[in-house]
Amino acid sequence: MIRDPKDIKRYNASERVNHWIVGISFILLALSGLAFFHPAFFPLTQLFGGPVWTRILHPYAGVLMAVAFLIIFIRFFRLNLMGKKDFEWLAKARNMVDGNDHDMPEQGKYNGGQKVLFWSLGVCMLLMSVSGILMWRAWFHFPVELVRVAVVVHAACGAVMIGLILVHVYAAIWVKGTIRAMWYGTVTRAWARQHHRGWYRQITGK
Amino acid sequence: MALQSLDIQRRSATTTPQPGSRQPIEVAKLIDVTTCIGCKACQVACSEWNDIREEVGSNIGVYDNPTDLSAHAWTVMRFTETEAHGRLEWLIRKDGCMHCADPGCLKACPSPGAIIQYKNGIVDFHQENCIGCGYCVTGCPFNVPRLSREDGKAYKCSLCSDRVAVGQEPACVKTCPTGAISFGSKEDMKDIAATRIDDLRRRGFDKAGLYDPEGVGGTHVMYVLHHADEPALYANLPANPAISPMVSIWKGVAKPLATLALAGVALGSLFHYVMKGPNEISKETEDEIDAEDRREREDKEAAQ
Ligand code: HEM
Ligand code: SF4
Repeated sequence: MIRDPKDIKRYNASERVNHWIVGISFILLALSGLAFFHPAFFPLTQLFGGPVWTRILHPYAGVLMAVAFLIIFIRFFRLNLMGKKDFEWLAKARNMVDGNDHDMPEQGKYNGGQKVLFWSLGVCMLLMSVSGILMWRAWFHFPVELVRVAVVVHAACGAVMIGLILVHVYAAIWVKGTIRAMWYGTVTRAWARQHHRGWYRQITGK
Repeated sequence: MALQSLDIQRRSATTTPQPGSRQPIEVAKLIDVTTCIGCKACQVACSEWNDIREEVGSNIGVYDNPTDLSAHAWTVMRFTETEAHGRLEWLIRKDGCMHCADPGCLKACPSPGAIIQYKNGIVDFHQENCIGCGYCVTGCPFNVPRLSREDGKAYKCSLCSDRVAVGQEPACVKTCPTGAISFGSKEDMKDIAATRIDDLRRRGFDKAGLYDPEGVGGTHVMYVLHHADEPALYANLPANPAISPMVSIWKGVAKPLATLALAGVALGSLFHYVMKGPNEISKETEDEIDAEDRREREDKEAAQ
């Protein structure tokens, strides 16, 4: 469905579906993982058909997410390589958070903050997948010393990741006109021009 | 199985106090390794009383049978031949849950009420609350709990909590033909051990002693060893068992703190929105886009 022929395409359908698979599996993983994280969250097991089902399902959702994330990672890593402009942006990020984005350096398709998030998530996903496999007693029997490291890594990275995703989601809500990029794949020219001027120029030639 | 006649000291994944108005005495099982003849009557009594039967395995050239603890074998005799002291010694240790005062299994368990420590010291798995994650295996410093392949629950020695609750001794104790296993208050068991250790020392075992490791706060299953200075001789009995520091970090204050931090991030975002407002397209950018459109239209008209 085309809303305004002048809107700019940011994501194609397959990229959007890919992102939603990662997003949904992440939410399921975070809720089911938190249930084991601390007794305060144990009631979350009721969302998954009880505590035993939560324990059974969580790692499979993990496998789904790991595969979907790997694909998204391969698709986008080139666009997320860091450059000088990104560090300049990061140095000024405080102004932006303060509500003043007037003198932010020009950004390509992704800004420095988004790129840092991308790489942090990449590292976390790798650590989560490896440690998750080490802990998965339904299938594997790794030496207990290794499993003891894995449970610490899994719990710590899980908490960090949930924090990162909260920021990611909030950023999308805060910057108006962003969420539609994940619904129907387009953004307005004004949005692109304001937040990703370099990318806007590249797409429109202006 | 909840035993209402036993008060509770600790309950897994539970942060509020447990019923504990009664003051039962601390019990212990004392295994005198120096008196054990390795007949495995205790193994049989255990499988009889608890109605568990390990599949018949095959002989691997030593007396160990079954060769390891399992969901169907909560105690096994571990046989070691050693010449560490200049002559052949045949050391036989009855392995199973030590019923730690500070149990790593219970500390690690994420499921409320799956592991109970009674006030008398017995650590019991309540399989109906077990979710099968295997965290108890990760937490135990003695490599005791076993996940069942059939039902996905963790099992281990219950110290016959059901018998003890009604004033009986555990099945293994009842059956031991040499009297190598005793059961009673922990104080009494220490006394019996002291007498036996004196005896052993007089007979040349000058390193004889009691195994009641401090690192886990003491245990409610204790051994009399001829070589208490070398527990590893007895099929790798750990010299200084303790809950792994990794497990303590994993289950420590970092988690409630991380939870608060996450709540902080969520609330921080909300208040940021409330205080700074949404990041909308500026009037300036909108005007620029309009100007672009106008120029484009004019160009088109001029071309016509
Ligand atoms: C990438 C693949 C993943 C695999 C294979 C995996 C596997 C596991 C396993 C086996 C457990 C133990 C409980 C159980 O057996 O179900 C666990 C616990 C947990 N998982 Fe995952 N997981 C993965 C990803 C994630 C993600 C993305 C999160 C989200 C934040 C997460 C959060 C947690 C948490 C918080 C725990 C509890 C840790 C604790 O007990 O302290 N996991 N995971
Ligand atoms: S020996 Fe292992 S299973 Fe037994 S109480 Fe100690 S930690 Fe728990």
